[in-house]
Amino acid sequence: MATDQALRGLDSLELEPVTSRPEPGRIARKAWAAAWPKLLAIVLVLAIWELVTLTGWKRLVFKGPGPVFSDLWHQAVHGNLWSVIGATLESAVVGYALALVIGTVIGVLVARIPPLRAAVGSIITGLQTMPSIAWVPFAIIIFGENSSAILFVVILGAAPSIANGLITGVDYTPPLLLRAGRTMGLHGFALYRHLILPASLPAYVAGMKQGWAFAWRSLMAGELVVQIIGQFSIGQQLSVDQQSLDFAGATATIIVILVIGIVVDTLFSKVDLTIRRRRGLLDPALA
Amino acid sequence: MSVTNRQAPPPGTAPGASALSGDRPGAPGEHQEAVRLIEVSKVYGSGSRAVQALDKVSLTAADGEFVCLIGASGCGKSTLLSLVAGLDSATSGQVSTIGRCVSMMFQEPALFPWLTAARNVELALQAKGVPRADRQARTRELLETVRLTGFGDKRPHELSGGMRQRVAMARALAQDADVLLMDEPFGALDAMTRDLLHDELERICAERTLTVLFVTHNVREAARLGDRVILLSSRPGRVIDEYSLPRTGQRRIDSPEVSEVAARLTDRLREEMGRHGH
Repeated sequence: MATDQALRGLDSLELEPVTSRPEPGRIARKAWAAAWPKLLAIVLVLAIWELVTLTGWKRLVFKGPGPVFSDLWHQAVHGNLWSVIGATLESAVVGYALALVIGTVIGVLVARIPPLRAAVGSIITGLQTMPSIAWVPFAIIIFGENSSAILFVVILGAAPSIANGLITGVDYTPPLLLRAGRTMGLHGFALYRHLILPASLPAYVAGMKQGWAFAWRSLMAGELVVQIIGQFSIGQQLSVDQQSLDFAGATATIIVILVIGIVVDTLFSKVDLTIRRRRGLLDPALA
Repeated sequence: MSVTNRQAPPPGTAPGASALSGDRPGAPGEHQEAVRLIEVSKVYGSGSRAVQALDKVSLTAADGEFVCLIGASGCGKSTLLSLVAGLDSATSGQVSTIGRCVSMMFQEPALFPWLTAARNVELALQAKGVPRADRQARTRELLETVRLTGFGDKRPHELSGGMRQRVAMARALAQDADVLLMDEPFGALDAMTRDLLHDELERICAERTLTVLFVTHNVREAARLGDRVILLSSRPGRVIDEYSLPRTGQRRIDSPEVSEVAARLTDRLREEMGRHGH
């Protein structure tokens, strides 16, 4: 029993530093510390923008933050801003979901089957570097000017990153864990289900995050060029703004594109952070 | 503690069992062999780049026996365990575990960082085909065995090195193995923790009649734990000496008997290392 006692003592000694619950004041201070640099950056950008307006540069078309944000406000309250965003997000979600399925299937197959990897491994990386706008004429020739053409471009933009992320994750599964898994009797599908896929998750999520960035860019490129009758999307809005030389409208639309991109990217970063925290891959000071 | 020293047994004559002197009375199947290696060689690579890791190694371990394998770097200790575990195959010779179920522990705990301690243990039960309904109770028992009751919902990174290694031990025990292969399992731990885990390992082995092949480069550890200590030479690994250490009661790492055996092992190992010094 002496061993038992000593062991329990040692365990509690090693786990001693219990983190106390942060008090509300501390949470507020942390939030402020994270927020003020961003707020300052936004204020600086607006100030420079306003200054440029005051110099009178390109006076006929260039507008300051005031008119742009009032245009945005007008679009949100009286215009069709939300239905435009809705239409684009629908394409984004459908396209990204398909890219996720296709990228994942290709990733698993390429990681599992060596000849397939030799055949298409470098093609996948090649596709990743391909500017998505280059696919647009190809897509229009095949599908015509409709939503299938846009989805095609989005999938080609996102799927290679997702597949590559998964392949990297599988490749970087620690050999020691594989040995441990094999001695535990994990084989075939069970080995993938319980070991290789969970071990790949951080790289897979990184691939998904990059895939989203590519999907969003491809979607904007597609919507700018492919004009679908009866459907009004963000890209089409931008194209209309361009034709009517509406600087305030175009800038407002660009702000919308930027904000959506940032919001979704932040969501992916949160998922990534959660995974790393759970696995002890974060500096305790940051966790 | 009396020590019997024999030269390596001639190959193929099933030694080991005869050298035992009833250290665990009443253990079932005492003199049955659990692990048998006959003239096992292992060569990595081929041609001029070939490296011979093991050269005609013959050894056996009886049911319930605690065999320590000791040697300097490059003696192929880890290779030997991989062969017994079936993770790798021998270039020539025979490796047999005679129908026994084998599990393995490494120097690193090798726990899955995305699972809690309890889920790590439970996954081994799942892989073994234990029905879902029984798994939770079995997991709790296993964590109790390694004295980690109440830590089941911690993730590996929240535990200390010694605790992680005990979770790894619970996971190895979950496989209900007869033979436990241990590759320097306590090598990365501090001396105090290691000392306590020696006691724990001894207790668990006695409770379960486990056959253990324990690789270490720590002579005291070998003298503390082994029923038998097998010395291996380096590059290539060969069995050069074998010591039987009959169990006369609980040993302590700091007892004079253990120190004396450790000193003899050290001398013999230095002699062997000296052959590589020129």
